[in-house]
Amino acid sequence: MAAEIVAEGVCYQYPQAADMALKDINLRIRKGEFVAIIGPNGSGKSTLAKLFNGLFVPTKGKVTVDGLDTRDRNNIWKIRQKAGMVFQNPDNQIVATMVEEDVAFGPENLGVPPEEIRKRVYEALEIVELTEFAQKPPHLLSGGQKQRVAIAGVIAMRPDYIILDEPTAMLDPVGRKEVINTVKRLNKEEGKTIVLITHFMEEAVQADRVIVMDKGRVVMMGTPREIFSQVEELKAIGLDVPQVTELAHRLRRWGLKVRGDILTIDEMVECLCPLL
Amino acid sequence: MREITIGQYIPGNSAIHRLDPRTKILITFAFMILLFVIDDFTGYVFPVAFIIAASILSGISVRYMVRGLRPLLVIILLTFILNLFLIKGRVIYEIGPLSITYEGLYQGTFMVLRLVLLIVGTSLLTLTTSPITLTDGIESLLKPFSKIGVPAHELAMMMTIALRFIPTLMEETDKIMKAQMARGADFSSGNIIKRAKSVVPILVPLFISAFRRADELAMAMESRCYRGGENRTRMKKLQMTWEDLAAFIATGVLAAGCLASRFLW
Repeated sequence: MAAEIVAEGVCYQYPQAADMALKDINLRIRKGEFVAIIGPNGSGKSTLAKLFNGLFVPTKGKVTVDGLDTRDRNNIWKIRQKAGMVFQNPDNQIVATMVEEDVAFGPENLGVPPEEIRKRVYEALEIVELTEFAQKPPHLLSGGQKQRVAIAGVIAMRPDYIILDEPTAMLDPVGRKEVINTVKRLNKEEGKTIVLITHFMEEAVQADRVIVMDKGRVVMMGTPREIFSQVEELKAIGLDVPQVTELAHRLRRWGLKVRGDILTIDEMVECLCPLL
Repeated sequence: MREITIGQYIPGNSAIHRLDPRTKILITFAFMILLFVIDDFTGYVFPVAFIIAASILSGISVRYMVRGLRPLLVIILLTFILNLFLIKGRVIYEIGPLSITYEGLYQGTFMVLRLVLLIVGTSLLTLTTSPITLTDGIESLLKPFSKIGVPAHELAMMMTIALRFIPTLMEETDKIMKAQMARGADFSSGNIIKRAKSVVPILVPLFISAFRRADELAMAMESRCYRGGENRTRMKKLQMTWEDLAAFIATGVLAAGCLASRFLW
């Protein structure tokens, strides 16, 4: 059984919509990878995420998770256990009135025995660093903390893949950092495969691989360095590049000899110092 | 608006707080029925003693519980007055066409006492049990009836979600009100009709957002493999202890007393 999420020739059309939201998507997300999906509003990136755990079923083509076809309704709960999903609005995905009970919701649905649930809940809370909030009502937490509760709720189901659909879009910069650091730790330390949908380029830079979507199609795919060095192409579809990359691009147009694929401030410093 | 609490739960860790919610629900029911068994004043000794004992054990003063009667004062007074004037018998005092009878006074006082005990007894349940525990108790008690079509799990899930979203929707109402006020809406002046009309621009966005939230929550729940109550386990198992047994024995004594007061004396 292949340990990966595969999309083959996937098209998706919303009911009563005239156009296809996704057109002929071919993708492969390997185990252990950290993939970022970026694209302008309406490019189909959220729709694609919902196809990965069977919330939507492709109109044409097929999506398989570890070899399980999402079109087969018998697989659906297994797929959703393997591919956990975190949504944009933290308030609308927390079910219970206490943090630990919310984290327990997933494993409870899977029919895990009570003792084992308690163990998993506290492991998950430890990973997201919220153990001391276990007994608190979620509405007293900050946005970043609530989103980490949602992540813990997914971890407690022991998934291999975690799909995050713009998890930082509604957070302040502090909350955003908390969530991204948690996501990175999940990938590096827990070995979870991460699919991060975002419109913050600084977040996409941290991934192993970036997929760019526009008008329902995958238009670019590659390492952050390969993608973000194509400043003009990204701008043409209405996307930004990280600030330093933009700066490097402009300096090059001025005739300075800096690399075009600079992604971090440190790299920029290294590049500029010899020129002084 | 933020201060609204449901069920007026007072957190604590007393013997009464620790009781299994099922025990408390069942005892409250028994207590209510027993109040109707009593047919003279002497019988009230037992429920009064029961309430006082429970109050001491729970650390919630009787005075606090009686304060909870205030919103129901009108109903209590009405009960008293209607009984006072409408029951025929030996006349004590006459005011115009109305007459107070001895039987009316007796019956009125008797009914008021019953009503007060009824309210105080049930409020003891909500004061010492958090809404979420209460929900778990209700689910567990209704479970045997799910075979005859009582949606026990669904009811409990709906109550949990309602409780979860009360603070969220409160916050949202606050936000919408402020947004409308910033654009010149006036919620605090004018007559009742005018004020009622001014609520519409709050309710419409609130409802739209509540539906959107419901949609997203449903998707999030499905993503976390929610498929109803079947094969679902719970992290927290309700468990009865010797304290629950003691509570049931105390209720047994109460029941014996009430029945004796009716049928033996």
